[in-house]
Amino acid sequence: MNIRILKDRTARDIMLVLTLLSIVMVADIAIGLYLKSKPVLESESLWTLLFSSEWKPLKGRFGFLPFLMGTVWVTLLSITIALPISLLTAVFLTEYARPIIKKFVFPVLDILAALPSVIYGVWGVLVIVPWISKSVAPHFVDFSTGYTVLAAGIVLSVMVVPLLVSLFIEVFSSVPVELREASLSLGATRWQTALRVVMRKSLAGILASSVLAVSRAMGETIAVLMVCGCVVGLPHGLLDTCYPIPAVIANNYGEMLSIPLYESALMFAALMLFAVVLIFNLVSRVVLYRIEKQNE
Amino acid sequence: MKVSRNKKIKENVAKLLMWLSMAIVVVLVVSVVWTVFSKGAKAMSWDMVSKLPGGGFYIGKEGGFLNAIVGSLMIVGASTVLGLLVSIPVVLFLNVYLHKESRLAYVVRLAFDVLFGVPSIVYGAFGFTLMIWFGLRTSLLGGIIVITLLIIPIFVRTMDEASRNFPRGILDACLSLGATRWETLKVVVRQIAPGIATATLLSVGRAIGDAASVMFTAGYTDSIPTSLSQPAATLPLAVFFQLSSPIPEVVDRAYAAALVLTIIVLLISIAGRFITSHFSRHKV
Repeated sequence: MNIRILKDRTARDIMLVLTLLSIVMVADIAIGLYLKSKPVLESESLWTLLFSSEWKPLKGRFGFLPFLMGTVWVTLLSITIALPISLLTAVFLTEYARPIIKKFVFPVLDILAALPSVIYGVWGVLVIVPWISKSVAPHFVDFSTGYTVLAAGIVLSVMVVPLLVSLFIEVFSSVPVELREASLSLGATRWQTALRVVMRKSLAGILASSVLAVSRAMGETIAVLMVCGCVVGLPHGLLDTCYPIPAVIANNYGEMLSIPLYESALMFAALMLFAVVLIFNLVSRVVLYRIEKQNE
Repeated sequence: MKVSRNKKIKENVAKLLMWLSMAIVVVLVVSVVWTVFSKGAKAMSWDMVSKLPGGGFYIGKEGGFLNAIVGSLMIVGASTVLGLLVSIPVVLFLNVYLHKESRLAYVVRLAFDVLFGVPSIVYGAFGFTLMIWFGLRTSLLGGIIVITLLIIPIFVRTMDEASRNFPRGILDACLSLGATRWETLKVVVRQIAPGIATATLLSVGRAIGDAASVMFTAGYTDSIPTSLSQPAATLPLAVFFQLSSPIPEVVDRAYAAALVLTIIVLLISIAGRFITSHFSRHKV
């Protein structure tokens, strides 16, 4: 009897330790990155780091504004494209679609979610970039290579769609069927029900899911790096090149070791990314948990 | 009457838009897969997947990218084993030892959801600082460590989702017969085994395609690593580096590598679906 209980206790304790260790990871990442970015934080004020656009690593000038703006442009564009498509697809799949259509669309979304980001990069380089360079850009500017904010935004939006659709479907399914029935029985059409009952009821969930998708888009590296152009400078429009933060980190990892402050600056970039993603994730997950709980 | 016609029009417009957006999604998937397959098939040959890069490989001479395939499999294989060793206990702890309303379970799930959302480039940067801390160079070991860190949250999240809905009644029945919680695991594991298998496959699929994290930590090399301290090539990086080459033959190899990567990921995804639908015989 005692041995059985002892076994149970030991197993529990080991599992508890493993679990706690994994939670500590979140703090570890933050601390590790902070320690590494300390030198650059000491040499320049936070204000200069965030809002100066002077990027001269050799002279020790690190203004992240061009990269921050690159990230903002690309992320916002990708969400603007992905949001309506995902919302309509999710409404269709939960409110309209017959089982046979779901059987066809779900695997398609699975494939979209499973493909690695480098594959999207290849697709962007082969399909989207030439398309922008040949068909879109000539209407607006004299010349563009196609490596633009627009290209990065389109590629990212494709990558975000499966995530958004699956989150939306979960949120919509948590709306009680009775509410839909009540609305339909009063003579509302299905679209009216979807818009004024289902979507209104899941507004918080839609927002939380979108924030989650924004944070996913913000951290995406390789695919964006391949199509964004990677020229340091503030983007002024959709057909400008851009240089989002993850791309900067990935592109400069080789040379950064030779200049100590440079490495520190790139780690600061990673820390910024981590902090924003952390906050976005915490907020949206807490909201989504609440919705899930109502559902039970 | 006018109102009812109005709402009918709206209904149809909405329906049209929904069909349109679904069509866009499907067309995009077809476009991505078709691009990779058509470009990759042209560049594909047996040499590509069976040979190491030869002397003049990067100016378009003979050789293949076996180094990248083997490197990827080594890193992902080792990380999967390490990741499972950590995440299976965590998932069992969450679902068997902790109560459903437990505060700790809530915090743990939240922490893993956050870790799941951390971009792989941040894992790469963090792994890189860890490696400097321990005095490691870019190496197979570094790649394994970072991919393990990356894969654990994916494992825990997907497995937890799969095991959350197993019938609590079974657990209660075991406990009422006098079993300790540890002993109930024999029954519980059988219930959630297909879920764990699927979760493993999905996570492996994501880990093998991740480029940003191994870029810092595993490095790149033309040979197959023979020890943990040597750098290792990986498939996503093989695609990425070769695609930026100005020489057409080398770019072709990037397409071939992309095709291999896509096929691996798609096979894994199909296998995951198959397991979920066919191996649930112990399920109550």
